[in-house]
Amino acid sequence: MSEQKTHLSTAIRAENNGANPPFPHTHLLGISQLNQYDIENLLNRSDAMVPISRQPKKTLPTLAGKTQINLFFENSTRTQASFEIAGKRLGATVVNMSVNTSSVAKGETLIDTATTLNAMQPDVIVVRHPSAGAVELLSQKVGCSVINAGDGAHEHPTQALLDALTIRHHKQRISGLTVAICGDIANSRVARSNLLLLGAMNVRTRVIAPKTLLPSGIENLATEVFTSMEDGLKDADVVMMLRLQHERQSANSSKLPITPSIREYYRFYGLDADKLSYAKPDAIVMHPGPMNRGVEIDPAIADGPRSVITEQVEMGVAVRMAILDSLLNRGGKSIE
Amino acid sequence: MNKPLIIRNARIVDPASNTDQIGALYVKNGTIEDIASGEIPGMPHDAQVMDAKGHLLSPGLIDMRVFTGEPGHEYRETLASASKAAATGGVTSFVCMPDTLPAIDDGALVDFIIRRAQTDCCINVLPSAAITKGLKGKEISEFGLLKQAGAICLSEGRNSIQSSALLRQAFTYAANFDLPIAHHISDAGLTGEGVMNAGLFATTLGLKGIPREAETIPLSRDLQLAMMTGVRYHAAQVSCGTSIEILAREKQKSPTISAGASINNLALNELDVGQYRTFFKLAPPLRSEDDRHALIAGLNAGTVDTIHSGHDPQDVEVKRRPFAEAASGAIGLETLFSAALRLVHSQDTDLMTILRAMTARPAQILGLDTGKLSKGAPADFFIADLDYPWVVDEASLKSRSNNTAFEDARFSGKVMRTFVAGQLVFDHHNEVPIV
Repeated sequence: MSEQKTHLSTAIRAENNGANPPFPHTHLLGISQLNQYDIENLLNRSDAMVPISRQPKKTLPTLAGKTQINLFFENSTRTQASFEIAGKRLGATVVNMSVNTSSVAKGETLIDTATTLNAMQPDVIVVRHPSAGAVELLSQKVGCSVINAGDGAHEHPTQALLDALTIRHHKQRISGLTVAICGDIANSRVARSNLLLLGAMNVRTRVIAPKTLLPSGIENLATEVFTSMEDGLKDADVVMMLRLQHERQSANSSKLPITPSIREYYRFYGLDADKLSYAKPDAIVMHPGPMNRGVEIDPAIADGPRSVITEQVEMGVAVRMAILDSLLNRGGKSIE
Repeated sequence: MNKPLIIRNARIVDPASNTDQIGALYVKNGTIEDIASGEIPGMPHDAQVMDAKGHLLSPGLIDMRVFTGEPGHEYRETLASASKAAATGGVTSFVCMPDTLPAIDDGALVDFIIRRAQTDCCINVLPSAAITKGLKGKEISEFGLLKQAGAICLSEGRNSIQSSALLRQAFTYAANFDLPIAHHISDAGLTGEGVMNAGLFATTLGLKGIPREAETIPLSRDLQLAMMTGVRYHAAQVSCGTSIEILAREKQKSPTISAGASINNLALNELDVGQYRTFFKLAPPLRSEDDRHALIAGLNAGTVDTIHSGHDPQDVEVKRRPFAEAASGAIGLETLFSAALRLVHSQDTDLMTILRAMTARPAQILGLDTGKLSKGAPADFFIADLDYPWVVDEASLKSRSNNTAFEDARFSGKVMRTFVAGQLVFDHHNEVPIV
């Protein structure tokens, strides 16, 4: 299967005189809209972007004259910075807008803001919103490309792509690997996007979490479901940890606590050297950040030799450059 | 009064008498003077005669769950606009929910609805009154005075009372005044932040799910309290297979228990939500296809007594939002009959069953003298062409809001004429065609 795919994508490149084929979508709303070839195409383009950030002069003029708006209805320092740097390295004019969602009429703000921003003729809007489906709704109201930077517990496609790129750099392949995703699956858009992407790439996916953090129907989205880290990590090539959003526990007392205690969660589901020993000796450890050291991961693992967490951040810029370039240069003058 | 009216050559279906025959109906002074197989004997020469051309003639539909925006949210729907929508759909009586601003929890407000309906509405508006003051779920309202003012039943509208002690008191006091209670059942804790049926589809969309137990647990509680108190209890709307099992078991023990289902839950399922389509965000949520089939089986077995539209007008402001933030509800008065007819055309049920659930049964539950075609009954009925093809067009809907779950739906069968107290209140042939 994997050879076939490689051959086909190579063939498509050959038909395009060695260039990647144009990206066939107006927006990037989720991994669910992409097929294997779209994903490979984006990863290949991302690969080409990696050296640009490593050279002394880090800018290209491919998006010169384009306007990119980062519209964040939810706080996120790192994702917003990553999209901003990606846009600027390609020469786009980047405007950051953070919208306070504590105001009562969230939805009203969303549609109103979309209409207002659209009138300013941007070329791309990068959106993060706390409600699932909000980014798609916004994309219906604007005339430019929209990139989903995370919508509720639905999708976070650029995170899944940067994770895939990181895996490919370390394992030289994606297909055929065993990837374990551990932690708060129920509330995680990162988990959903990763399951979709890895599923499309013929990865053996595993989710590991206490039953309270497994959403219903998850057995249809992952190859295998485990409630024990020791069982689930056995022979895994990649261990992806998710952030436990325990800070929401105390903030809103009307909600039930996500776990009885941090120490119990860490004891059973925190990644430490002992649990990691069940995975393959060369297994890599990933985390979308920001990490809770001592909650879902032992600091010694997070900062240890098998952690590729900082590399994920670097790949994030490359992936976002590739997506901006793909969406805004669909005419074919994109860089290779 | 108008001239007497005779409608001949009609397929008269009357669930109350379990008859389905080609015959004629004789209307005089707003009531049914005579009904006969074939022709009316000794046909009066001064009567206006209408040939129904073999089309269905049914008792007018009685919709037990309709929200309007009057008083307080008239931009969504007035009693007048709701009654026009109702007439278009063959609905000759509806129970309006107390969820208004202010809530209908006082005799004077019941009186306001009745008077407003008399002047503005072409159909019968039956006000329900709030079980608790201000729909706050804290203390019961004045059931006796509300009944005297004309409340047809008690309801907490969109809300569901959580306290068993409060429900026990309300049921007991309602039994004292022989007022039926129609209660929407939803466990607040289990529903939590859920916005659609719990399951794979909700998980894929990243939306929080509502488990079936959020309905079945309070249903069991309500039924036990209903038997304890002897109240005339109506489970306002059930949506899942387990509820049908519970009802089938408990209804054997008590004749005063009944249950309703929304046409949305009978005709649609959770997959209709598609990509976050908020017109399909409903309470109770659209469930699985298995649940839908269980509801239809329950309808055929008589476990589900009534079908209602759940007509709930919501404006663009509260619907054009991300799914989790959007308001629940869909309008349905105009599509109720045609959507129910889908179940007949698909051979899931038969015409008599769906008509019974929208005429005779709600009339029995509410103690009305309508919902039947018998001598002396009010001449509330409609004529429908069971095969008329049409497409739901948002722009031609009579409701002030357009949040229909049947937008662009293709239907076979439509209400052609609706009569209330012998008066023609809707005539399809007079409608201006939309070009």
